[in-house]
Amino acid sequence: MKKTYKCEVDCANCAAKMEEAINKIDGVKSARVNFMTQKLTLEADDDKYAEILDAAVKACKKVEPDCEIEI
Amino acid sequence: MTKKMKKTRNRIIGVLIAFIVLLIAEHMGAFEAFPWYVSFVIFLIPYLVIGYDVLRKAFINISHGQVFDENFLMMIATFGAFAISEYTEALAVMLFYQIGELFQSYAVGKSRASITELMSIAPEYANVIQDDGEAVETDPEEVGIGTMLLIKPGEKIPIDGVVTEGESFVDTSAITGESVPRRVSEGEEVISGCVNKDSVLKIRTTKNYEDSTVSKILELVENASNKKSRMENFITRFAKYYTPVVTIGAVLLAVIPPLLGIMPFSDSIKRACIFLIVSCPCALVISVPLGFFGGIGASSKMGILVKGSNYLEAIAEASTLVLDKTGTITKGEFKVSEIIPAANLSKEEIVCLAAGAEKFSNHPIARSVIEYHDEIHKNNSSLTDDKTELTDIKEVPGHGITAKLGAEDIYVGNAKLLKSNNIEFKESDLPGTIIYVAKGKLFVGTIIISDTIKEGAAESISKAKRAGVSQVIMLTGDNEDTAKVVADKVGIDKVFAQLLPADKVERVESLLDENKNGKVAFVGDGINDAPVLMRADVGIAMGSMGSDAAIEAADIVLMDDDIGKISAVIQIARKTLRIVKENIVFALFVKILILFLGALGFATMWMAVFGDVGVAVLAILNSMRAMKWTKEDMNGKVRA
Repeated sequence: MKKTYKCEVDCANCAAKMEEAINKIDGVKSARVNFMTQKLTLEADDDKYAEILDAAVKACKKVEPDCEIEI
Repeated sequence: MTKKMKKTRNRIIGVLIAFIVLLIAEHMGAFEAFPWYVSFVIFLIPYLVIGYDVLRKAFINISHGQVFDENFLMMIATFGAFAISEYTEALAVMLFYQIGELFQSYAVGKSRASITELMSIAPEYANVIQDDGEAVETDPEEVGIGTMLLIKPGEKIPIDGVVTEGESFVDTSAITGESVPRRVSEGEEVISGCVNKDSVLKIRTTKNYEDSTVSKILELVENASNKKSRMENFITRFAKYYTPVVTIGAVLLAVIPPLLGIMPFSDSIKRACIFLIVSCPCALVISVPLGFFGGIGASSKMGILVKGSNYLEAIAEASTLVLDKTGTITKGEFKVSEIIPAANLSKEEIVCLAAGAEKFSNHPIARSVIEYHDEIHKNNSSLTDDKTELTDIKEVPGHGITAKLGAEDIYVGNAKLLKSNNIEFKESDLPGTIIYVAKGKLFVGTIIISDTIKEGAAESISKAKRAGVSQVIMLTGDNEDTAKVVADKVGIDKVFAQLLPADKVERVESLLDENKNGKVAFVGDGINDAPVLMRADVGIAMGSMGSDAAIEAADIVLMDDDIGKISAVIQIARKTLRIVKENIVFALFVKILILFLGALGFATMWMAVFGDVGVAVLAILNSMRAMKWTKEDMNGKVRA
């Protein structure tokens, strides 16, 4: 499953770090945090999608506590 | 400006005033009478007002193990300044850091908004016609296939469809970049995203909103910036190492010289703080995607869809341009190009005779003769001859047509037809499809039908060459002679003729092998060359507006089939790349210079703040130039 979410990030480097962090999560096929469009695109295994999304949000918060992801 | 930004702005203004007052007071020696902790506290208050969020984030991030976070670096740098009694500097660094950050997010927001505006083609509503004839505003996503929609003048066509009632001009510029409005009437297809100009239209939808042109385009552009350019990958990887390296440098700089007794701690810490401030990589990281985003936006505005930053990067390096003939260089429409009389009949008489013979035929060649006949009669009222009335019209498959004009036999067809009837004639060696006309046993003339070259094809190719393409190659399934004539007319360097679709792939593959240094771009109409589009470094499809196969297979889509846009996209791509490179070089140069001066003790913390946020802001402003690209640029001088 591949889905896109609105994601408020303040700095380009943070976006890059978030992307790296999400890509390291188990079960993530590909993740992209697009600073320009302020969107997170997450592709992951269907059966664990909810879990992975949750972990992804946590990973983002770890990089940038202020970031907001609309799910 | 968002609420969050306004709040920061107000905070900045307040602290900036306080800062100026304190600076003046300090210069006048107002704090000299007091012990150090008084001025420490006086400076600490505005520092906390302006920097509390940075400190908060820094603490949260340390607890998460994020050491090289820019908030943390800023905190350490300013704490360091406080520690060595540089209170003004500490406050100034935090203040200017915040100003820079604010400006940065404002500028990015602005450019994001203006690019989104370029793409403001999404319809907000659709007027669905109800059974009672009333039109009701509906969300386009809820409209099904086959629904009747009402489109008033000035409104956007929300969903692709067919006109069922009315006649109007539609402005297709948002989709194709073409500024001349197109006339549409009953039975014609209209695509979403176009604006109805002058009178009410009723259309029947032929697609869902999700499959309509407009949402396809929006999706493409949105996704385009998801595909990273090589440069972006390089810079994010660079940033990953840059910050830790500079930070470690700062630590070494703070500790080693005092231990060796070269300088006091106060000096070395100051220099280390400069390192920490410069270690933020944001200016670099932001300017690359922003530049590409602008370039993709500028292209969309011209009716060129670029499906990824990486393709923009590739087309900038295109050295070989491979073009398909039919549908790309030529219109793919067959037209009478020449009539050569051979006996005492005039050109008009020959056409009338041929049209009379072909009038019941649906063969494309026959249709083009009839079209030509109708056209010359429409444009010239002095011609009164209509299609010659013939009797006994018979089609001879693979040969042509035989008929009778009174008692005389009429032959209209290819060489085989005349030969089999033992008519003496002069065989033509001109390119194209040739029709011979004979009356009785006398050969009276030749009609040559050929595909017409698109207007401006020659100019488009020479522009592409001026834009930096070194060789232009044409591939075609046609015979050598026809291909050569077209190639010579438009300025093609090399022709490969009589190719089957599979041969085209092979040809492009061998060109890819020969051109390891530059990129090979292939331009086709997407009808039977999808595999070639995919195989080339950059596949450019002639939009054939809405043709899914073309949009799917290609990397770049020219929405209005205008090959003049090839040079435009190359130029936009080159401009974008140049801007991005400028940003990288400029940011790296300034940062390294400040690091160097800082280590030697010549740089101040002020310079360091400029090296961080100032450079970022300048890079953003520079990136915004990538968005600006107009028709005038395209027609004007060609930039290298």
